[in-house]
Amino acid sequence: MNWSDALIQMQYNLGAPQELSWLVQGITYFVGAFILANAALVLALVLIWITRKVISRIQDRIGPNRLGPFGLFQTIADAMKLLSKEDINPTSADTISYQIAPVLSVVGVIMALAVIPFGAGLIGADLNVGVLYLVALGSIGIMAALMAGWGSNNKYALLAGFRVVAQLLSYEIPMVLAMLAPVLLVNTMRMQELAQAQSLFIGPINLGIGWFVFLLPGAFLIYFISALAEGEQTPFDLLEAESELVAGFHIEYSGMKFAMFFLAQFLNSFFLGAIAVALFLGGWQGPFAGQIPLLGPIYFMAKTFFIYVVIQWIKGTFPRMRVDQMMQFAWKVLVPLVLTLILVQMVVMKLPLPGWINSLLVLVANIGVFIAVLNIMGSYFRREMVRTKRSFEPKSLIGTMQPVNTSSGD
Amino acid sequence: MVPLNWYLILSAFVFSAGLYAALGRRNAIAVLMGIELMLNAANINLVAFWRFGVTPAENLDGQIFALFVIAVAAAEVAIGLALIISVYRNRRTVNLDDLDLLKG
Amino acid sequence: MPELPFPLPPLPTVQQVVFVGIALLTVVGSLAVVLARNLFHSALGLVAAFFGAAGVYIIAEAEFIGVSQVLVYVGAISTLITFAIMLTRGMMFGATSPRNRQSGTAAIITSLTFIVLMALMNGINWPEASEPIVDGQAIIAGLGRAFVTEYIIPFELLALLLLVALAGAIVLAKDRN
Repeated sequence: MNWSDALIQMQYNLGAPQELSWLVQGITYFVGAFILANAALVLALVLIWITRKVISRIQDRIGPNRLGPFGLFQTIADAMKLLSKEDINPTSADTISYQIAPVLSVVGVIMALAVIPFGAGLIGADLNVGVLYLVALGSIGIMAALMAGWGSNNKYALLAGFRVVAQLLSYEIPMVLAMLAPVLLVNTMRMQELAQAQSLFIGPINLGIGWFVFLLPGAFLIYFISALAEGEQTPFDLLEAESELVAGFHIEYSGMKFAMFFLAQFLNSFFLGAIAVALFLGGWQGPFAGQIPLLGPIYFMAKTFFIYVVIQWIKGTFPRMRVDQMMQFAWKVLVPLVLTLILVQMVVMKLPLPGWINSLLVLVANIGVFIAVLNIMGSYFRREMVRTKRSFEPKSLIGTMQPVNTSSGD
Repeated sequence: MVPLNWYLILSAFVFSAGLYAALGRRNAIAVLMGIELMLNAANINLVAFWRFGVTPAENLDGQIFALFVIAVAAAEVAIGLALIISVYRNRRTVNLDDLDLLKG
Repeated sequence: MPELPFPLPPLPTVQQVVFVGIALLTVVGSLAVVLARNLFHSALGLVAAFFGAAGVYIIAEAEFIGVSQVLVYVGAISTLITFAIMLTRGMMFGATSPRNRQSGTAAIITSLTFIVLMALMNGINWPEASEPIVDGQAIIAGLGRAFVTEYIIPFELLALLLLVALAGAIVLAKDRN
């Protein structure tokens, strides 16, 4: 049963007249949208708390622990501080774009909630073009960044806006193509059907672990890396680079408007994780999710929070990439690999072979791509490690040691 | 159901606005924007006529044509902007009134 | 969206109200393209008009076109135009008029076009409604199939065109120094 049908039925049972069906539908969709959008805002408070706790543990600290149990209310206090701050508008800012940009960035992120399948029948709107819709939303974020960068009338903000656009556009391509892999398997772009297809039946029992990540590890890895870049997370967070630069395109923003960009970024990385879960990690599928419907949303949220914690783990431990390396990685590594992957998958799926051989061939191609991406990333980070180590050596030792072979890359 | 007329009126307005931008704006980029508006107006018409065709579920020509228009518009805007940037580099202006090299 | 049963014909349906809202967004956006003095505001108006057009497509149940519209027009074309505006911003600070010399003639031609279009539309008996679309997914599948069967040659030519445009744009915009 769909949530909207259930809610409409409930209103009729409560005595809503049949003639007002448009009003009943309107109320239903309004309630759904209202709950989802506000849940997202509450979610952001939890996400920020998780980020701070995870990063603190990695850095051998405790993290927020004063306000409320485990410091849970720290984020609320921070939000209140940001709300009560002075709202500064630069005098020479372009008012329209300066004011709209933060709202647009949050709207573009929250709109993704509409097509995320939280459970069987629990999806805001199961669009026929669900996956494509998610991709299209990314362009709203790009527009918001450009508007903020231009509207602030600050050259650093403008440059950062350019860089956001360059990064998001570049990584959008491998991301879209990687999202195409599960779509090709199921022949649909509806998120709910994609989640449903990832079941694994042994006899009549649905184990719910036929996740596409087991068949398409290469596509998953490319999606995950691109999602890190799309969500502006480490190692691709050089747009903001909290520990090095002042800020990104939101340098001129203060108070709640700054908080909105912040909110959009946290929610965006969470939703990119949710999309990964829906497309590759089985969505709400899991053992016994078919028998006990309540388990579906729990599985979904558990997986998404797991992905989120992994993103934070990467944030706490990985070095940042340089901007040219980042662009090269997108265009020279990810795009060719994912194009090959999609081509192989499309050809293999049309071969007149038994189904399991087709799947095996797809799996082999994916494992090849998986290893290639990991190797290239690994060699980069190994070089980076050597470079960092050398830069911490005492000055007197420089030149006395055998040079480490770093010539292959930078 | 929205009447077909409404789509056509909207598209006529968007087309006229685009035409004015293409003919009467001073900046070359604004002219390009006008052309994009006109292409969009054409697309609105194509989609509307597809929807009001006899068998919209089988005969998808309107939608296919609209998709072709979108792709061609993307190519066109890339070339157009490259030309504008090239002109700007040589002449330091994208003002159409000043681009009169061919004038005798 | 299912068809809503309405006892009163003159009352606008929800779809029609939404359409008017979206149409207003499109109209305001295209007016901004035409009238704004600041070119960046023109570009913002263009984005609004693109979004409006996408909404119109979705109301006409051409979801795939609507989403492609956002993806290509808002995501790529508007971004390119904004980039071009910022790269050529040097001349934007002079207090010049947004109109060129022939703008008076252009205004007359444009209004004539609009009037003629409206007059043409007035006399024709347009079809009132068509059959509802039951299976939206079949339409997307049909689009895909049409591209690789009936329209394969235009489709391949389009791919070639995009490639040529890509290469040409790079050659044109490259700094030769």
